[in-house]
Amino acid sequence: MSVAGPLVLLIEDEPQMRRFLRATLDGNGYRLVEAPTAREGVTLAASHNPDLILLDLGLPDGDGIDVTRRLREWTATPVIVISARGRESDKVAALDAGADDYLTKPFGTGELLARMRVALRRVATGEDGDAPTVECGVLKVDLARRQVWRGDVEVHLTPLEYKLFAELMRHAGKVLTQKHLLAAVWGSHAGVPAHNLRVLMGQLRHKLEDEPARPRHLTTEPGVGYRLRE
Amino acid sequence: MTNERPDPDALLARVRADEARAGRGRLKVFFGAAPGVGKTYAMLEEARARRAEGVDVLAGVVETHGRKETMALLDGLEVLPRRTLEYRGVSLQEFDLDAALARRPGLLLVDELAHTNAPGSRHVRRWQDVEELIDAGIDVYTTLNVQHLESLNDVVARITGVEVRETVPDAVLDAADQIEVADLSPDDLLQRLEAGKVYVPEQARRAIARFFRKGNLIALRELALRRAAERVDAQMRGYMREHGIRDTWPAGDRILVCVGHNPHSARLVRAARRMAAGLRCEWIALHVETPGHERLPARDRDTLVANLHLAEELGALIVTLYGLKATDEILAYARRHNVTRIIVGKPTHPRWRDLLVGSLLEGLVRGSGDIDVYVISGDEPEDAPRRAGRREAVAPGQYGWAVMVVAACTALNWLVFRHLNITDTAMVYLVGTVLVAARARRGPAVVASVLSIAAFDFFFVPPLFTFTVSDVNYFATFGVMLATTLLISAYTLRIRDQAEAAREREHRTGALYAMSRALAAAGGATALARAARRHIVGTLDADAVILLRAPDGTLTSADPGEPPLDEKELSVARWVADHGTPAGHATDTLPAARGLYVPLAAPGGVVGVLGLYAKDERRFDHPTTRQLLDALANQTALAIERAQLAERNAEGRVEMEAERLRTSLLSSLSHDLRTPLGAITGAASSLKGEAGDLSPGARAELLDTILEEASRMNRLIGNLLDMIRLESGSLAVKPDWQPLEEVVGVALIRLDARLKERPVTTSLPPDLPMVAMDGLLIEQVLVNLLENAAKYTPAGTPIELTAVAGEQAVTIAVLDRGPGVPPGEEARIFDKFHHVADGRAAGGIGLGLTICRGIVLAHGGRIWAENREGAGLAVRFTLPTGTPPPVTETEEATPAAE
Repeated sequence: MSVAGPLVLLIEDEPQMRRFLRATLDGNGYRLVEAPTAREGVTLAASHNPDLILLDLGLPDGDGIDVTRRLREWTATPVIVISARGRESDKVAALDAGADDYLTKPFGTGELLARMRVALRRVATGEDGDAPTVECGVLKVDLARRQVWRGDVEVHLTPLEYKLFAELMRHAGKVLTQKHLLAAVWGSHAGVPAHNLRVLMGQLRHKLEDEPARPRHLTTEPGVGYRLRE
Repeated sequence: MTNERPDPDALLARVRADEARAGRGRLKVFFGAAPGVGKTYAMLEEARARRAEGVDVLAGVVETHGRKETMALLDGLEVLPRRTLEYRGVSLQEFDLDAALARRPGLLLVDELAHTNAPGSRHVRRWQDVEELIDAGIDVYTTLNVQHLESLNDVVARITGVEVRETVPDAVLDAADQIEVADLSPDDLLQRLEAGKVYVPEQARRAIARFFRKGNLIALRELALRRAAERVDAQMRGYMREHGIRDTWPAGDRILVCVGHNPHSARLVRAARRMAAGLRCEWIALHVETPGHERLPARDRDTLVANLHLAEELGALIVTLYGLKATDEILAYARRHNVTRIIVGKPTHPRWRDLLVGSLLEGLVRGSGDIDVYVISGDEPEDAPRRAGRREAVAPGQYGWAVMVVAACTALNWLVFRHLNITDTAMVYLVGTVLVAARARRGPAVVASVLSIAAFDFFFVPPLFTFTVSDVNYFATFGVMLATTLLISAYTLRIRDQAEAAREREHRTGALYAMSRALAAAGGATALARAARRHIVGTLDADAVILLRAPDGTLTSADPGEPPLDEKELSVARWVADHGTPAGHATDTLPAARGLYVPLAAPGGVVGVLGLYAKDERRFDHPTTRQLLDALANQTALAIERAQLAERNAEGRVEMEAERLRTSLLSSLSHDLRTPLGAITGAASSLKGEAGDLSPGARAELLDTILEEASRMNRLIGNLLDMIRLESGSLAVKPDWQPLEEVVGVALIRLDARLKERPVTTSLPPDLPMVAMDGLLIEQVLVNLLENAAKYTPAGTPIELTAVAGEQAVTIAVLDRGPGVPPGEEARIFDKFHHVADGRAAGGIGLGLTICRGIVLAHGGRIWAENREGAGLAVRFTLPTGTPPPVTETEEATPAAE
């Protein structure tokens, strides 16, 4: 057991789930603190100051969304929400409340570890990197010059497309809600209907994806928002 | 007498009678010759004896008339309080039927069966109350005097000179289980009367004078004893029949009495009843309605109705026939129904009428053959259309017209025919009178005829311009003219009446036919009832309401649009539904009600009640109207019952279907969820070391199995959850304008692993409009369709996903090159738990396509499958497009490169 590994707070009421995660995270060099209730979770978060929090939305004594909101009052520790499928609105609410990512039960270990790595790396590289260029697979953006490349070919984007793409690139690997993206592209005051975002995303895919109907990078998170995958 | 095996039909009838009797109360009648013979006393005495045996006795109504001995007997018996009714400011005390029904005593005493109830009671007569009590299973003791018996009513009136209005149908007495005669010799009775033991003293003198004469009392006593003996006789006959003892008289007598609108017909009816009772045979009261019937004055029609009603009460079978000639109809009916005796009234009209129009009596006697004809003092029962016709008012215009025609003939003759033969002028007048006779009633025709003769005489018969006739021959001409006119007039009238009658019949038949057609077209009991109501309103010229009876007995209006009945009318309707007999207006039960209520009685029971509200008070008095009403009600009842049975059948089918689905669900759950669980358990236990050491390859294989099976279970559960949401209606479609491409993309990525080895091509035209849809749900549809395509087709075969924009909808298709589905199953594959019956179980629960259909339907689209040309299956669904919202194209102020 590596003493130097990142500390993970697991707030989850299901013992089986905790057992599985304990075994998985232990074997991957993480240290673990467990809390079966929301109240205990918040207390442990304050006392242990973990590097990452895994939060189940359906807790016996409270709403995971509330927990997120209370954590965000004083800490920027990445929060990954775990929830069952069919509760998309809960996920959106959690993300809007400040959660960083979400996982839908049942999920594979690989998926979980990848999401945790992304979240921890973003903390390590500073919040939503200020680096002048960001690369993601074959896609590259020069944020200073506002230039976009796909492989070696420069792609010309409209100003709105660029805004959307830059926002996704800045948060590569993180899920961004529709509300977040609408605010980022059109400004939060505009109140633009969501279908504009979908149309814009479609245009972007046609410029940047090999197969726009099976996007590899600009992926949709159904009912939640979008995510740029590597 | 020889003992024989009982006739099976008779046995059956007996069993039926027993069944009918079961559950009914028993009726005992204390029968007497006159008031004061001690009926009430005898009744009370017996009631006390019964009470001593432990029977729950209740005195419903007992008239003591202030007699001390009687009152003493009543002492200690529970007495039902009387009901107080307000009628025109007077409060009347009346027997409380509802309280008696609610109290349900073991034995109820109801004195004076012939009593007429106070207005506002449920039934007009007390014997009807008693019948209802008997039907409700309550034993009743009652009293009755012979002069109140319907069939003896006229005899009593002739003996005593006192007309008794309150009568009881003989059938009530005949149906009584027991009769006890309270007998007292006339001398003793008179003695009691003088001693003041019968009526209270102040009434006694008048009573003695009018009724209690010794001669009267002897005759009445004889009548009462004879009537009671007749009943004993009937009981013995019943016993003989039940025990297979052959009848001792020639069976098969049948009496037919001809009933008309003459008041004397009532006497015929009573005579027929007595004869039928004497012969112990059934009897028929027949009325022939001739075309002139409609022209009868209301008073005559009322008399006819009363006569037929009387016959019905006395137990006759009532038959109304339509025909031109009463004689023919009566004889034809008599022959058809093996009538052995015909009873007619003695004619009272002058003889010349028989010579002119033919005599009913003579016609009957001549045509009767082996049927006996009995002539009884009264009147001929034949309707008299001609006489009635004469009574009808003739429009004055017709007389004016007759005068004008004669004037025109005169003018024509004066101008033209005067110069020809004088017989030609007579012919012209003849044509004129015939014309009038053909078009007008008889009065104007006769006027025209007389005027013609006068004008002919005055203007053309020499000596001219006088009414003097020089040649006697001209009298013959006048005679012929008059006779011709009368003849033609008579025949014209008859033809017109025939046409009218035919029209009337046509109207009735047409009404029934039209209704049967409307009923055949209507579906469901409620719609049927509405259609029937419309027809009844149109046919009977009365407002109508149909109340349907629910299985729990409640009545609900078939037409929610019509105003609800008030509580009073509704209670009448409820009574009708419970008892299966008509009540309300124009009946003897609850006649104060606004409407006439007729039960809609079908073979399976009363299905509802038809309420009728006539504008014309007498609308339902006439038997033909009642017959038409009965026919309409009957037809309606049958149709409603049929519809209700069909509905119940359908409900049964739905229930069976639900049962089948439950079974399928259970077997699916146990099979489809346990199979992956079995694989997971097995693989995990092997990995744990239960199977000994495993090679790294085997371990990897087992781990893959666990993962795959777990995700399969996840999908199954997802489908089940979706299904439950769909079925419970909690699946809310939240449509949002979306490009189809994005939803397709999500579905394809979700299925990435499962479609890895498949060439999947998507063809989405670039100009595809946005569609208002719930992205998550449509994604589920696509996932299910693609998954099915992958599951049911051989590995490596291509899958296509296409979308085409139509005018109003986008059609999305998932196409494969697999085996397709067996012909005829294209629609059924969308059914819940349906598996294509060719044994290729691919581990589905049979819900995927059902969920797809539910989601697509919720979007207002449709989904269908068809086998593709060549091979493979195409599943297509549509999503309506509508008008997409505008896309905000305007860029914000900050351009791409500042």
